[in-house]
Amino acid sequence: MAIVYQKSAGLTDSELHYCPGCNHGIIHKLVAESLVELGLLDDAIGVCPVGCSVFAYNYFSCDMLEAAHGRAPAVATGIKRTHPTQAVFTYQGDGDLASIGAAEIVHAAMRGEKFTTIFVNNAIYGMTGGQMAPTTLIGQRATTCQSGRTVEQAGMPIRMAEMLSTLDGCVYAERVCVTDIANINKAKRAIKKAFEKQMNREGFTFVEVLSTCPTNWGMTPIKAVEWLKENMIPYYPLGVIKDTGAEVK
Amino acid sequence: MEKELWKGNEAIAEAAIRAGCNCFFGYPITPQSEVPEYMSVHLPEAGGVFVQSESEVAAINMVYGAAGAGMRAMTSSSSPGISLKQEGISYLAGAELPCVIVNCMRGGPGLGTIQPSQGDYFQATRGGGNGDYRTVVLAPSNVQETVDFVQQAFDIADQYRNPVIVVCDGLIGQMMEPIEWHPVPKRNLPPKDWAACGRRDRDHHNVINSLYMDPEECDRHNLHLEEKYAQIQANETRWEAVHCDDAEIVITAYGTPARIALTALETLRAEGIKVGLFRPITLWPFPEKALHELAGAAHVRAFLDVEMSSSGQMLDDVRLAVEGQKPVHYLGHAGGVMPTVEEMVESVKRLEKEVK
Repeated sequence: MAIVYQKSAGLTDSELHYCPGCNHGIIHKLVAESLVELGLLDDAIGVCPVGCSVFAYNYFSCDMLEAAHGRAPAVATGIKRTHPTQAVFTYQGDGDLASIGAAEIVHAAMRGEKFTTIFVNNAIYGMTGGQMAPTTLIGQRATTCQSGRTVEQAGMPIRMAEMLSTLDGCVYAERVCVTDIANINKAKRAIKKAFEKQMNREGFTFVEVLSTCPTNWGMTPIKAVEWLKENMIPYYPLGVIKDTGAEVK
Repeated sequence: MEKELWKGNEAIAEAAIRAGCNCFFGYPITPQSEVPEYMSVHLPEAGGVFVQSESEVAAINMVYGAAGAGMRAMTSSSSPGISLKQEGISYLAGAELPCVIVNCMRGGPGLGTIQPSQGDYFQATRGGGNGDYRTVVLAPSNVQETVDFVQQAFDIADQYRNPVIVVCDGLIGQMMEPIEWHPVPKRNLPPKDWAACGRRDRDHHNVINSLYMDPEECDRHNLHLEEKYAQIQANETRWEAVHCDDAEIVITAYGTPARIALTALETLRAEGIKVGLFRPITLWPFPEKALHELAGAAHVRAFLDVEMSSSGQMLDDVRLAVEGQKPVHYLGHAGGVMPTVEEMVESVKRLEKEVK
């Protein structure tokens, strides 16, 4: 009998703690599969954030470090600079990366640190119970903006992929989502490309994955997917935002 | 052995390179900026990595990453910058990562001054970040000790998987002094088989982490740390006692004031006044037992704690160790003003009259 599908060797046997309908599970799988398919798993070192994916160190089967809130890009800098031939990645949410860790991600990108950041943007603080994030959309309700986010109170949401793309050190930035098979396949191609460019020592690589949070959005998983397509994608457009060639060495 | 003339801050950097420091992450702040400057030139020459970080917060987290991946990592800063590193130090202690942190102390609070001070004693010895943890704190009182201690600090950190802080002050950092390069006493260091440096042939993945969601597990982790700290207390407590055998008045001081006290001792002893100096070399673990015993000696009448701090910080530890056996007095200045030999002489003389 032939095996036609199996769990990636890049994942452990630990049971995921994520809520039903959360996209973290799919995104974990794509990162794990990419590491395996590129032959990077044995050497890879991952850094997980504070937030819903704080326990990612239990799920990825490569060596992992758990960073302080927002500091994953600094932690990854310390790892990659001392282990320049190994695949290094950070896996961060929007509160972690776009709020408290904004300085760390901007400067890692500016320095052209040769690691890959997987940025999971679900427009809300998940683990702490649904507070407003820098990526929360205008009008979107959260526990710290219960009538919906307003520009007057909190400004416009931040587009991290576009912002980081303005930095020369960032050689690749793509925004993807995992709402359906076609988009899942695109997301995986983006993640693999980011790791390939990292291993070519081209510079900082960034994949933003739009993700659902049915629990804190107060929706069913199916409704959450629809909401993401109707509300998030218009503000956070999908596609390659930056892809420089391999000329930057 | 040949003597060489070195500036304190540059000597700190060179000592670290000689101790096998693989990587240094730092941010400019007076009066320690010569450390990253020296490292930026000479650490890459020695095959190491230098990164100027965007902040002290980032620097300590780069240390966390490199140390977690098995490297001998270091950062240095001065008081306000060390405050910013406290989050990272708590995580390093929680995840049991070895590293060396140099604090070239300046006056505070807030921006304070760039002049030498000892106002960070509480922060260094109590654990300035969140949670129950301890860092080894070495306090040199001249450039020679600073280079010796920086080199030893890497081994102590590796032996116990714990951050080690070397606290000097702006005076030691900025001063030039003749030094000798002493061989570092050999320690049997455990292999870093816990490092998250790539799994390769290992049958399990290594995880560097300070998160324990299960309260029982977090309690066990803290108890494990406590056991380690008890070992450090038993093995690493260091102090120096000068003329304490017959002293009636004992000055307690560390770092620069201890050095000034040595001159005061000479003056006072020449006048026949029986004065001694008790100098903690490790601020944590504090030499509590040795000081307690000294306080119990019949010849000791009183203590005079001298610090570069307005109200005294080590003073608390001195009083805890003395445990009321003898009176403890205080002399101190903050903000970069140093206690003088004359002040110490005068204070000791006054004390001597009082106790007689």
